Amino acid sequence: MVGIVIVSHSEKLAEGVRELASQMASPDLPIIAAGGIDGGIGTDAFKIQAGIEEADRGEGVLILADLGSAIMSAETAIDLLEREIRVVIADTPVVEGAVSAAVTASTGAGLDEVLEAAMEAREMHKL
Amino acid sequence: MASAIYQCIEQIGSKIIEHKDFLTELDREIGDADHGINMARGYSEALKALPQEEEDIGAVLKKTGMTLLSKVGGASGPLYGTAYMKAAKVAAGKKALTLEDGKAMLEEAIAGIKMRGKAVQGEKTMLDALIPAYEALTEGMAAGKSPYECLADMCAAAEKGVEYTKTIRATKGRASYLGDRSIGHQDPGATSSLYTLEAIRDFVKGL
Ligand SMILES: Nc1ncnc2c1ncn2[C@@H]1O[C@H](COP(=O)(O)OP(=O)(O)OP(=O)(O)O)[C@@H](O)[C@H]1O
Ligand SMILES: [Mg+2]
Repeated sequence: MVGIVIVSHSEKLAEGVRELASQMASPDLPIIAAGGIDGGIGTDAFKIQAGIEEADRGEGVLILADLGSAIMSAETAIDLLEREIRVVIADTPVVEGAVSAAVTASTGAGLDEVLEAAMEAREMHKL
Repeated sequence: MASAIYQCIEQIGSKIIEHKDFLTELDREIGDADHGINMARGYSEALKALPQEEEDIGAVLKKTGMTLLSKVGGASGPLYGTAYMKAAKVAAGKKALTLEDGKAMLEEAIAGIKMRGKAVQGEKTMLDALIPAYEALTEGMAAGKSPYECLADMCAAAEKGVEYTKTIRATKGRASYLGDRSIGHQDPGATSSLYTLEAIRDFVKGL
């Protein structure tokens, strides 16, 4: 299965999104929250790197990230990886994107399809 | 005894920590009020983590970059972290540096920041201090100036760059959310880059 990593400045936010998305996902789906830094607000490239490695089942990993440096830290984390893992960052809203990605990844879909599902969240209307 | 490179990093860290509140104030105006806190935390952790007697400049810079990466938390973490790690590659295995090494290191550091931040000069970031400093270094070297004279010119150029950030609008980072309201404020990251260069200048003066 494709793994999912949620990156946020807030540990609680990342954990909350993980919880929300897991609810609709297969129990086997690896979703990892990589939020905050040393218990405070911020992003930590090493924590994200560890998250990617933990989420990897050999079929690639999708990252969803919040504002600002979250993307920079996620890209740094990819550079820091110690083994070859296919990782993509989805340019999409975190909550909606994570739910779509989790549902699709749970079906056993490949990384490209999971990314596409996450990107569809950009077009989702609530009203 | 602590190695020269450790002492240099210590001087940079002390300068950043000394100006922690001011950097945070600048970031309060156009960001999220954490730049000084982020940078001071990063450097105090780096100073704890660095092997004081290690003389391999590349090794010390690499460790500094890794620590900033894991402790700073904001955009300046991956940016300065990448800058140090790129500079470290040039200095790997070296126990002393020439002016040419310094120039190559700054060039790599700037390339690293541009790559990581997808930014160019004129976007109200640390690059607006570092790129003019690099140009001043190139000119100083062409004119046959000493390392200290070159660093003094670099700081003067970076200071002008910091002044220039007051006149422009931010298009990268948190401050870009403010649009035109970011004009009139000086960029926190450009300011911490100026402090970094000033600390290196003062360190070299004391050699
Ligand atoms: N994309 C970028 N490229 C180059 N420099 C940048 C970029 N984004 C921000 N900066 C620099 O970083 C400084 C802000 O650093 P700070 O430590 O406050 O991070 P932050 O913006 O609060 O991070 P975060 O996005 O995590 O909230 C800015 O003043 C600017 O000089
Ligand atoms: Mg900030």
